[in-house]
Amino acid sequence: MVSPTIDLVIEFALMLAIGAAMAILFLFISHLLAPKSKNPNKDQPYECGVVPESDARAPMNVHYYLVAVLFVLFDLEAVFIYPWAISLRELGTSALVEMFVFIVILLVGYFYAWKKGVFEWE
Amino acid sequence: MPDTAWHIIEVVVMLLLPLLMAGGLTVVERRLLGQLQDRYGPNRVGVMGEMQVLADAVKLLGKEDWIPPFADRPVFVAAPAIILMSVLASFAVIPLTSGFAVADLNVGLLFFLAMSSLGVYSVALAGWSSRSKYPLLGGLRAAAQLLGYEVFMGMSLLGVVMMAGSFDLSTIVEGQRGLWYVGPQFVGFVVFFIAGLAETRRTPFDLPEAESELVAGYHAEYSAMKFGIFYVGEYLGITLVSALMTVLFFGGWLGPILPGWTWFLLKTSILILVVIVVRAALPRVRYDQLMSFGWKVMLPLTLINLLVTAAVILAT
Repeated sequence: MVSPTIDLVIEFALMLAIGAAMAILFLFISHLLAPKSKNPNKDQPYECGVVPESDARAPMNVHYYLVAVLFVLFDLEAVFIYPWAISLRELGTSALVEMFVFIVILLVGYFYAWKKGVFEWE
Repeated sequence: MPDTAWHIIEVVVMLLLPLLMAGGLTVVERRLLGQLQDRYGPNRVGVMGEMQVLADAVKLLGKEDWIPPFADRPVFVAAPAIILMSVLASFAVIPLTSGFAVADLNVGLLFFLAMSSLGVYSVALAGWSSRSKYPLLGGLRAAAQLLGYEVFMGMSLLGVVMMAGSFDLSTIVEGQRGLWYVGPQFVGFVVFFIAGLAETRRTPFDLPEAESELVAGYHAEYSAMKFGIFYVGEYLGITLVSALMTVLFFGGWLGPILPGWTWFLLKTSILILVVIVVRAALPRVRYDQLMSFGWKVMLPLTLINLLVTAAVILAT
């Protein structure tokens, strides 16, 4: 037992190292044992037997991007709420009122996104 | 050093136990789904078909390990490894019984949330690096779905965190000696259960791999053990979410007479079975329903739950 922090780092390092080793081992064994065969017909993307028309790197719906932006917003908000949740008992009622105000401000943006149709998919 | 030896025992148990459970689950799920759909399911290998998992493993090892020439090779190979690593790393903070966790982290819950976010990379990168249309669509869907449900997955747990006053999973379990949190935090539990189904891409929310429209979604181009890792990764995810629900809402290792770990495993197994039965019972939702349900119903519900829980805690 060196110090609690270093101990934790060692434990996580062990866990991650063995986890990674397992993943690499699985892939490596499979790579060693697997049969190989070449066939030009296999070398094209799977599209239910139809010959692919264009590259798969096509433009995507902007909705996915909007969801990602919203995720960043709301996850940051969540990060702000975490420490608040821990220390709620010490901070008392004023903290609850402040959080209420914070969430109301957040909801303004939320309803703006709602009205703009970010949550609607056709 | 006995300390080091103990660490290694903990690590090995917490890696092998989930892997064995996930491996067994692949068969249990198919058998159970078979029974629920009035057919047999795999019952040929072994006495009741329980050796099917070995047969599957051997078969997967014997398949060609094909990396598409049009794919982005390094990313294509790394994607399945990421999902296995991130899920296995999450098990480090799960307390199997009192004092038995690989890392008794005081921010264990945050660590779980961070690791489950990493899982998004795996599916998104797998879909993108395949350079094929179905996987790309599956990867995009998975990314948007996981991000959307990640938001209120984290916030649905805040009720529990407020009641226990800690992010430490062992402290949270100890806080449930009188009453399991599933009672006072029932809304939080329901939201977390739904978010957990979406995070593990289970049936009402299995849009990223919807067979009828996307073939197999983000792993359509994967074969052999790389596919096997995605397959096992899904069951590892179910095991992880069930174990976490046990810890957060069902009192973890707490229970009379029997040793703690048996209670923990029993509760986790029951939750896993519930997840499987949900798959047999519910149809797949439409993608627009999935997204609007998450953002329009679950997110406000979580915020209300958060404020109400805070008010109740302060009032008592």
